[in-house]
Amino acid sequence: MNALADFIINSLGLSGLSAELVMLLLVVAVAAAVFGIGMTISGLLTLAERRVAGRIQSRIGPNRVGPFGLLQWLVDGLKLIMKEDVVPHDADPHMFRMAPYLVVVGVFAAFASLPFGQLLIASDLNVGILYLLAITSLVTVGVLMSGWASNNKWSMIGGIRAAAQIVSYEIPTALSVASIILISGTLSMQGIINEQGGWPWQWYIFYNPFTFAVFFLYFTAALAEGNRIPFDLPEAESELVSGYNTEYSGMRFAGFFLAEFANIYLMSAIATTLFFGGWQIPGVTPEQQAGSLVLQITGMVVFMSKSAVGCFVVIWIRWTLPRLRIDQLMSLCYKYLIPLSFVCLGGNAIYLLIFPKPSSANTLVHMITTLFGGVLIVIFVTRVMYHHRISGVSLDLNFLARGEKGKYNPETQVRAYGSFRKKYEKKQGAK
Amino acid sequence: MTTVIRELGDEQRELVLNMGPHHPSTHGVLRFVLHTDGEVMRKAVPEIGYLHRGLEKIAESTTYPGYVPYTDRVNYLEAMFANEAFSKAIESLSDIEVPERAQYLRAIAGELNRIASHNITIGCITMDLGAITPFVHLLRERETINDLIEALCGQRVTHHYVRIGGVAYDADDNWLKQVEKFLNHFEAIIEELDNLIVYNEILVKRMADVAVITADDAVGFGLVGPNLRASGVDWDLRRDMPYGIYPKLDFDVPIGAGEKGTVGDCFDRFVVRVRELKQSCRIIRQCINNIPDGDIIGNVSRKIKPPKGEVYSCVEGARGELGVYVVSDGTEKPYRVKWRSGSFSAMSIIEHISEGLMIADLVAVIATLDVIAPETDR
Repeated sequence: MNALADFIINSLGLSGLSAELVMLLLVVAVAAAVFGIGMTISGLLTLAERRVAGRIQSRIGPNRVGPFGLLQWLVDGLKLIMKEDVVPHDADPHMFRMAPYLVVVGVFAAFASLPFGQLLIASDLNVGILYLLAITSLVTVGVLMSGWASNNKWSMIGGIRAAAQIVSYEIPTALSVASIILISGTLSMQGIINEQGGWPWQWYIFYNPFTFAVFFLYFTAALAEGNRIPFDLPEAESELVSGYNTEYSGMRFAGFFLAEFANIYLMSAIATTLFFGGWQIPGVTPEQQAGSLVLQITGMVVFMSKSAVGCFVVIWIRWTLPRLRIDQLMSLCYKYLIPLSFVCLGGNAIYLLIFPKPSSANTLVHMITTLFGGVLIVIFVTRVMYHHRISGVSLDLNFLARGEKGKYNPETQVRAYGSFRKKYEKKQGAK
Repeated sequence: MTTVIRELGDEQRELVLNMGPHHPSTHGVLRFVLHTDGEVMRKAVPEIGYLHRGLEKIAESTTYPGYVPYTDRVNYLEAMFANEAFSKAIESLSDIEVPERAQYLRAIAGELNRIASHNITIGCITMDLGAITPFVHLLRERETINDLIEALCGQRVTHHYVRIGGVAYDADDNWLKQVEKFLNHFEAIIEELDNLIVYNEILVKRMADVAVITADDAVGFGLVGPNLRASGVDWDLRRDMPYGIYPKLDFDVPIGAGEKGTVGDCFDRFVVRVRELKQSCRIIRQCINNIPDGDIIGNVSRKIKPPKGEVYSCVEGARGELGVYVVSDGTEKPYRVKWRSGSFSAMSIIEHISEGLMIADLVAVIATLDVIAPETDR
């Protein structure tokens, strides 16, 4: 962004106060753009969640507003804006009103250092990943505040659950991120991507067996930090009704809602950056990419597709698994995830001690890990296909299904048989 | 701000939570007063009466055939069984002979109803534990059953199919073929259910060893049906107090075996219901193969006037023994009708077993005990 600012200021020949003013305007513009991108992504994700859930549950999902229902999220947002912003009588009004801002700021400020492309990053901080871990912690404060200020016992339990959960799961998240930092030697998001390559065996997930394990640790911990099933205890629909956001309505509720979905994208994008080579295109070096606009755009598409796959997996898990109990959640974190993260961190350190520099032995380890990962994927797909085959249901992955408008075909309906079938046929005969 | 924690003593601090009457996991209008210490419960006290409709009082001003449609409303998930229990009572009071074909049709319709009801229960258990998808899939299967029953008698939920002396409509061969087609499809779904959700690790962890009801407790609190059988008590009215066509049929009674934990835990109550689906399919297949031709309703006069006397009649519903006690004073209206339902006794045991559970466990307990609000209150 600094380069852009310099370019504009120099070409306009500005100096002194006016240069500062342009800089300020530019900062505001970029912040607005980042916020807008974040909002659009989380809005589209709400729609994606509903369409994917629809397919998983043998139904269609929203498909009426706009082509394929693509404008549904806009209309929902509009509805929420127009709703009354209710503050409960016994609530602490100032805290109650402030809480959603903290959640929204905590999540959307993180978008500032997400590397959407080689040049498409609002601010490539040299402590990028540390900034991300730190700023998302604001969410905890907001959630706890909303739960407490609502003065609703169920909300309070939700808020306290959220605080306990997010604080606990930040430890394995940070430890797994530390493993990657150890390998890359940099905290900058672009730096971490530059250290990787376009091909799968150049990604950090297949760097060595420890990073392979670290990815799953990170993914589990991030799911828990994002309050997603199987770790969605703070809002557990069937236990706490809706947890900390029960009392919220209108745009404040939308704040929580959008922040949750932005968080899904955030964790997928961070995973893409840390483990899946970010915007790196197979067979193209970062230097080549820097010189070409087409390759820049391709890189952006690559990043977005990788993180979209991550989001899909998160949604898929949401609609498949049941929820853990709070004690099981805590024991999973403190008894399994944290010790395993420490083991992986130590393992990575020892690995780096043995193979400090890129060498052929190093490449061999990458290749073997990649092969192992590939075999796992093949086993998984085979299992899914096997169970799908024995269930005898036809595969339908059309996530943009339109559905039939009000068509009722008595021939295909069971109810058309029996005594009612005769009535139907009599009616047809009369016509 | 009002304070939410009240002081009880030096070490006794408790949070009193009000769960219901409007709460997603109380399945209707139930209310529990939870005394908790953080997440752990001291006790949960159930409150009933929100759905009292005076069904027993209504009977006193209605004729016997006129009361049969009211019995549909005892429990909206198992209307067939309530119809059957009441009809059976009047039949034994006034010695009405039920034709064999009608008995077979009652068994087919009843078992279809049992599958539909268990579909809802199993789906609700998984949904209350956080997995929403199985509920939707099972609801889809229930929809087919509703279609089948609609084709049989024109009603989807409140069937009013079983009448005093027989059944209301006959089923043609085409309908029976459709039922068989559904069974072929549904038996594969039961296998899929096992693969997808029943042995899901998280689900097992959430339910195994939670809220164990011993056999003594189960009998003592009058639990019936799947709840009783999950505690290891081998008792099924269809086999042990046979009625209708059931003595001629061959079926197993699944009982809780502590598959993943202790006998009588939540997982046993869940899995007993899953196993019953298969047995119901077996019963329906036998009925379809053996159903004779003949009348569907016995010789019943328009005005039924049972002789003076009283009778208790019960059937094995989806929630266990659904009994009705009828006192006749010789007129065409009953003198007194009293319902005995499985959900009521299931509610009464919750306070006893709730100590030391977590709030999330209580949700599992309510779901696996299969408490249906209208059935507790009538």
